[in-house]
Amino acid sequence: MTTLAFFDSIPWEMILWAAGKSLFVIFGVVLPLVSYTVYAERRVSAAIQDRVGPNRTGFPTTLLGFKKDLQLFLGGLGQPIADAMKFILKEDFTPAGVKHFYFWLAPCLAMLPLVSLAFIPFGSSLFGEKMVIANVNVGVLGIFAVTGCSVYAIVLAGWASNSKYPFLGGIRSSSQMIAYELSMGLSIIPVLMLFGSMNLSDLVQYQADNGWLLLPLWGNGLSTERWLMLIPLTISFIIFMIAVFAETNRLPFDMPESETELVAGYHTEYGSMKFALFFLGEYAAMIVGSALMVVFFFGGWHIPLIPDGNGVGGLSFLHALPDWVWGIVNITAFFGKVAVILVFFIWVRWTLPRFRFDQLMKLGWLYLFEIALANIFLAAAVLAFTSN
Amino acid sequence: MAYIVPRPELTFKEKAYLPSILNGLKITFGHFKKMMKGETKVTMQYPEETWDSELPEHYRGAPTLVKDEHDRERCVACQLCEFICPPRAITIKPMEIPADDKFAKVEKRPAEFEIDMIRCIYCGMCEEVCPEQAIFLRKDYAITGITRAEMVHDKAKLYELGGVFKGLVHKWNPEK
Repeated sequence: MTTLAFFDSIPWEMILWAAGKSLFVIFGVVLPLVSYTVYAERRVSAAIQDRVGPNRTGFPTTLLGFKKDLQLFLGGLGQPIADAMKFILKEDFTPAGVKHFYFWLAPCLAMLPLVSLAFIPFGSSLFGEKMVIANVNVGVLGIFAVTGCSVYAIVLAGWASNSKYPFLGGIRSSSQMIAYELSMGLSIIPVLMLFGSMNLSDLVQYQADNGWLLLPLWGNGLSTERWLMLIPLTISFIIFMIAVFAETNRLPFDMPESETELVAGYHTEYGSMKFALFFLGEYAAMIVGSALMVVFFFGGWHIPLIPDGNGVGGLSFLHALPDWVWGIVNITAFFGKVAVILVFFIWVRWTLPRFRFDQLMKLGWLYLFEIALANIFLAAAVLAFTSN
Repeated sequence: MAYIVPRPELTFKEKAYLPSILNGLKITFGHFKKMMKGETKVTMQYPEETWDSELPEHYRGAPTLVKDEHDRERCVACQLCEFICPPRAITIKPMEIPADDKFAKVEKRPAEFEIDMIRCIYCGMCEEVCPEQAIFLRKDYAITGITRAEMVHDKAKLYELGGVFKGLVHKWNPEK
């Protein structure tokens, strides 16, 4: 093969699209979403606890010589920027006695959940290009593989810190994640049984055509099969949601960093930007978890009566507008659904107290695991019963 | 004596746990909704809202010097406040009033009068001890500055904050 032929054989267009989509998703959507989830967390928790919350940090126009900071509609919207500035400008202190390589590796691994966003279809299509970074047939497995790796960040941080509280936090976290990873994987199986493929884009397309898995109101969603499947699917959804809470270390399952017992758990010895990476990683994992819930159960980018980016489906008079408008509407719809679930995460966090560790293990191994397993047989029975 | 703690019998609904979670979510959402509607009473938004109009009569803010209705400095530089001041925040340099002055009869007045507001503890002893009722604690509480020197109130600043105090000094008032 000559050099030129090799050069031609590289699928440049695909690489450019993939790079563009990755940049858009990570820097355009997910990182801002992460920082404003932190802000939402603070405002919502304040409202739930009858406080006001951070409502003052405007954009610092005083630095440019103006009299007042610029306050946009809500006030406090500059808070994430101020937080980031604080973390970046802080001294990056490494305690003596840590295992340096792993101590530095752990916060990098904490951002790993972002990789699993590659498999998630965040929109229908735009200018004929599917809005998913990696449209592969093993999407579900890929996501579970990547999120499974995120436990390494916590274990490594706990171990490399060479201190007792991080160590305990790391150990707790690994046992918790293993316990809930199982029920998480098992709870999704009824969905895959119904659909028969692991490609997430196809799954969303199927839901767009035939009704969301938890809202089967159109297409073949009106069949007895789908309505009977609602029973195992609802159980699946509840188990999956609980497992996502546990996987992302959110309250009521925030064992690894339960501050009353473990100071701050695995990131006790971390400061400045290294701590911020753990913090962001946690929220990124939350976003991935919510995105999965949306994709599996709430129809991904689809809203009823709205056409997709190829100009298919939806109300006929809406086709008067160009297709790319609807492509963008689909992307917005997806992240809107994700945002709703994120608010639910926050809401639950400020409602429930933390479980005791043995209760957590008991719930994971004795209840969720068994229910998820039985649920698979229930789903199989429903499918077998209705296919005759 | 040992006794058995009665364990409550949980109903199936309570054991299932999910209904209780929904109940809890309802309660927190109630708080959230009240806050959004502005029905929750929250703390005062300090720099915009202040407590100034509701400060009680006996409020002890920054110590200040006052002049009388003839524009005479009431302080006669007796230095009692300087001696009584627990944190030694007050420094007075007395001077004799020159003979050609309108108020030469009073004999003394402070050449310099400084209160270090970093040291001041707002105890009000200076006000209490002053025989001439020349020093008063006013209701200013937001005393700020960028440097230490800025936080030392000199005579001009003290008179500016204090203003004029009319009427008879209590010690000359037979009713008091």
